Amino acid sequence: MFEDGTIINELLIERLNYLIYVVLLLIGLHAMIAKKNLIKKLIGMSIFQTAIILFYVSIGVKEGSTIPVYLPEHDLHGSHSVPSDTNETSHFEHGPFIVDSSLVRGYANPLPHVLMLTAIVVGVATLGLALALCLRIYQGYGTIEEDEVLAKIERQEMLSKPSIVVKSVDSSKTTNSKAEKPPSKPKVSSSSPSTKRPQAIPKTKAKAASTSAKAKTSRAKSVSPKAKPAASKSTTTGSKKSPAKSKTAASKPTTKAKPKPKVKSKAKPAVRTKSSSPAKKATASKPKPRTPKK
Amino acid sequence: MGLALFNTFILLLLVVAALLALRVKDLLTASVVFAVYSFLMCLLWAEMGAVDVAFTEATVGAGISTVVLIATIFNLKRKSSD
Amino acid sequence: MKLLSFIPVLVVGVLLLYAAKDFPEWGSLDAPASKSPVSSHFIANTGVDTEVPNMVTAVLADYRGFDTMFETVVVFIAGMAVLAILKNSGRKKLVKREFEVDAEPDLIVTNTVRLLVPVIQIFAFYVLAHGHVSPGGGFQGGVLMGASFILVALSWDLETALIRFPFNWTTILGGLGVFLYAGIGLLSMFLGGEFLDYSELANIFTVSREMARYHAMLGVEIGVGLTVTAIMFSLYANLSTEGRHQRGL
Repeated sequence: MFEDGTIINELLIERLNYLIYVVLLLIGLHAMIAKKNLIKKLIGMSIFQTAIILFYVSIGVKEGSTIPVYLPEHDLHGSHSVPSDTNETSHFEHGPFIVDSSLVRGYANPLPHVLMLTAIVVGVATLGLALALCLRIYQGYGTIEEDEVLAKIERQEMLSKPSIVVKSVDSSKTTNSKAEKPPSKPKVSSSSPSTKRPQAIPKTKAKAASTSAKAKTSRAKSVSPKAKPAASKSTTTGSKKSPAKSKTAASKPTTKAKPKPKVKSKAKPAVRTKSSSPAKKATASKPKPRTPKK
Repeated sequence: MGLALFNTFILLLLVVAALLALRVKDLLTASVVFAVYSFLMCLLWAEMGAVDVAFTEATVGAGISTVVLIATIFNLKRKSSD
Repeated sequence: MKLLSFIPVLVVGVLLLYAAKDFPEWGSLDAPASKSPVSSHFIANTGVDTEVPNMVTAVLADYRGFDTMFETVVVFIAGMAVLAILKNSGRKKLVKREFEVDAEPDLIVTNTVRLLVPVIQIFAFYVLAHGHVSPGGGFQGGVLMGASFILVALSWDLETALIRFPFNWTTILGGLGVFLYAGIGLLSMFLGGEFLDYSELANIFTVSREMARYHAMLGVEIGVGLTVTAIMFSLYANLSTEGRHQRGL
């Protein structure tokens, strides 16, 4: 079983370092994926990191070498005479000299050590940053378990849904007909914008703002034929035309809509309409993602 | 052979410490076991000749990061679900 | 979910183990990393170029000085980010934490720490300044120095430590360390060399070009040490009190 050449021999005896590095890396990876507690995830991340450092240090090891600090006979301060020969006995008369290539093998490889030394210090700094984020999550949600945080986000979406659905039925209808982006639950996506990403939502958002502003003035008109050109306009021609109707959302982004890319320029009116339109309608909406009562 | 034995011993202890740090439900215990893990790693690197890395790991990994972890857990819940 | 998470782990594991059998034998002198001309050059020429016996310090602060400068910047930015995240974030009123006890600072602990802290700080200076000839350097010395203040904060309370090391200093010292590092680099640039080419500083130090690199490395390490000291203490002070800086751990 332990003869030369077998895989067991190769991995267990000659390359145990590499085997353990793989095992530690997998332990860290699994912890990062499967653990629910955020602190446990961070410990897993640190284990992952040290596994990689172990790998780097392992490849710098030379059999029978010493640490990467010059031995006294290779480094003498003070004198600067040029070495006449690299004879072992005459080293004490000379100052620092270019170490012979046969002696180079006597020192461990310093390069991986340098790379990993800074990585450790930067690692603890980033660990502190991640822990600060954990503290903020705990302040916001009262827990650091991943599934509980997700459940709380879900519940807040549910809570913030009915107030805005009451706000305007037609806007939710237009989003139903138009927004195929989130097909699973379009109502929630239109009503709780705060947790969604800005690049997915702005289309329905700007459109919903324009159509709702329009629908307020002309309520009696049929919604679906009216909403189609308005929506297509707001998506294609951007925020040039439609914001002119919804006055609060418009004025600022029109100036910067042209040079900026599309996602950026539309994310701005999305935020604006979210805060302004419920206030206009004066329905009791309270979209507060943060600071739940604890 | 003696050094190889030491190496093997530390490497196996490392796996045990890593599993234990992720296994215990008490986060305070987990961070202390993680300090043990860091210190074992430091021993291993000192044995491999990477003295600077070992020194850094002893001060940073076993020292500061444990303190920082405990200081954070102090403000959080101590129990973990897994 | 629990079982599903094993799939990527197993895939990665199989791939890594498949690669592991191609790795060089442990400690082999013919490993590619050991045969590379870069590391051989560092081992062979560090003594001639810089007169620093510890090759790791020389490579860290001189040959790869640009890398280390931005690692220091990363540490500084991480500390500032923690400050920005936790500043004015927490509950304003103090609530009792889960395993908090109301107790006076212990007599034995405080007196031991009183004796211990100066020794730790002298050792930190030694590690920083002696990093050229022995293991050590700016990172280790800075961490030790920060740990001595953390020890004060642990054994008394955070306010006592903040009297010794006011919190505003952490920002100032952290920036000062990075500034010192970059300043030495810029100084050598203004003297005609390249950025972080310390041998141009020989005129200022009035020593040989090799010894100029030796001394400039010490200055650089001091800069690193200042930043790391400040940021480590700042990390602890912020995290233990959620950014309030009162009544810590």
